[in-house]
Amino acid sequence: MPDPSFVFAQSLSGLTAAMFLFLIASGLSLIFGVLRVLNFAHGTFYMLGAYVAYQAMLWLGPGPGMFWIAALGAALTIALLGGLVERLLFRHLYGKEELYQLLFTYALGLILSDVAKIFWGTQQKSVSRPPGLTGSFSFLGATIPQYNLFVILLGPAIALAFWFVLQRTRVGRFIRAAALDRETLGALGTNVDALYTGVFMLASFLGGLGGALVSPMRATVPGMDTEVIVEAFVVVVIGGLGSLWGTFLGALIYGQVLSFGILFFPRFSIFAVFALMAAVLIIRPWGLLGRPLR
Amino acid sequence: MIRRVPWGFLVFVAALGVPALGSRFYTFLANDVVIWTLFATSLNLLVGYTGLVSFGHAAYLGVGAYATGILMKKLGVPFLFAWPAAGVFAGACALVFGFFCVRLTRIYFAMLTLAFAQIVWAICFKWNELTGGEQGMPEIPYPDFGWIERLGARLSFFEWRTAEYYYFLTVVLVAFCLWALRRIVHSPFGRMLTTIRENAERAEFIGVNVRRYELVAFVLAGAFAGLAGGLFGIFNRGVFPDFAYWTKSSEVLIMTLLGGMNTFYGPGIGALVLILLNQQIVSYTEYWPLVLGTVLVVLLFGFPGGIAGAAGALSGRLLRRTRGA
Repeated sequence: MPDPSFVFAQSLSGLTAAMFLFLIASGLSLIFGVLRVLNFAHGTFYMLGAYVAYQAMLWLGPGPGMFWIAALGAALTIALLGGLVERLLFRHLYGKEELYQLLFTYALGLILSDVAKIFWGTQQKSVSRPPGLTGSFSFLGATIPQYNLFVILLGPAIALAFWFVLQRTRVGRFIRAAALDRETLGALGTNVDALYTGVFMLASFLGGLGGALVSPMRATVPGMDTEVIVEAFVVVVIGGLGSLWGTFLGALIYGQVLSFGILFFPRFSIFAVFALMAAVLIIRPWGLLGRPLR
Repeated sequence: MIRRVPWGFLVFVAALGVPALGSRFYTFLANDVVIWTLFATSLNLLVGYTGLVSFGHAAYLGVGAYATGILMKKLGVPFLFAWPAAGVFAGACALVFGFFCVRLTRIYFAMLTLAFAQIVWAICFKWNELTGGEQGMPEIPYPDFGWIERLGARLSFFEWRTAEYYYFLTVVLVAFCLWALRRIVHSPFGRMLTTIRENAERAEFIGVNVRRYELVAFVLAGAFAGLAGGLFGIFNRGVFPDFAYWTKSSEVLIMTLLGGMNTFYGPGIGALVLILLNQQIVSYTEYWPLVLGTVLVVLLFGFPGGIAGAAGALSGRLLRRTRGA
């Protein structure tokens, strides 16, 4: 049995990974829940968020608060890009066969990731941690970087804010209504097109934010999009497509399975994650906290 | 009159003639096209004929490639047995996975096929003792061509190398598989698959066990993909975990769609066009994914029937015009 402080550190690193995955997967889940499209390009939005944050940091230079401006700017840029993509392209996909939707979003991912390659090349880019969060402190014998702790606290905060918007505001009520029955909502006089664009922008914002916040921890490289999108699929499938808390739970499970899998069965940790995904799909296709689709 | 042209046979003869052009590179490309044709056509049995969108078809290519590779390299089994074994192993795998997959519908089906394919990939990636792990397994031997080489030396019209003998073998075997697939598609069983695609509920009402039909289609598609994999590993001179990664599954889906899902030869046309296009574009620019993505978007919005669908519509229109005149 490894010593407890190591186990603690391992579970915290799993938790950090989980929070990033939650940021990405919640957008994916939102798009699927409302727009009924599984967006392969979402991983590319995440990667673009990281690149734009890197670029913004180059322009802004070092300084207190600059990282936060860059991260927020990157997320907003990706939100705008998402809005544009939805208005010009996605709009024509609704109600089409899954194959067309999947391949279209896949094609979009290919195009956008190559555009990123044109701008930023294939060399890996990294961003330094924001001042004030560069240190680390010890707890129960484990060393925790401050930035990781910030991420671990930010995840639940975003989940709660998301929940509040969905459950307690007027816009949230419209979003939930659109997820249930688009036609009826439209017939009642709501501008569903604008609502869809808004939902897509919000989801892209979350993806871009995830990318921007991950950039001080992991290097930004081409190919990170195809890797993360499969992870996000696993998360939303385990938790339940279209379910907010399901996605949160799925991310937590994924993070812990991966970090403890590496600890105990280093050879089979990736295997365990996909086996879990398959098991959930077999036993409860709609996910742990999701609801069956009509 | 045009209907009588035996296109399949003509293409087969033309394919056999490729090495006579004298370019090693053309033979290499043609070999790639031939193997991908079988892979894409096997997927089309599911996607085009049964209406099941599999996002993990690469799993069976991988299983087949590893089965043949391991049997030939580590156990010294001759190709004659190692190649059919690829189909058997991949088919068995498809039977286990398919048993669970056909219980799900639409997006969940696609997700579960993806999950199973990633499991296969993870096993190939990590099980170093059996599969060689991340590095893959290089130096898969060619089949033994001793007797044909002796025959070739006697005739000596051309000086063929082992790669060319392997190409001839691939063409013959793939042609045989395509013939079998065509028989399957046009059999009463194949018609029933199309019925299920069009309206699964109605098929169930007339007493068809939809799940069982779908499972048989799944197993057949997996087995033929495995046979393609067996050829693919030898062709690549090695097997690698990449064969089962999900991007390979999307690649073959794109080929199928590009060629046209609603026709038997569509996926083969898609394989041909995509591989030639790739080879051309890559010599000009490194941004192949950008080109591929753009082609795909144009295709999805402009020509949902693929190349074969567009050509069919065009020839239909021309025919009507000539008759009208």
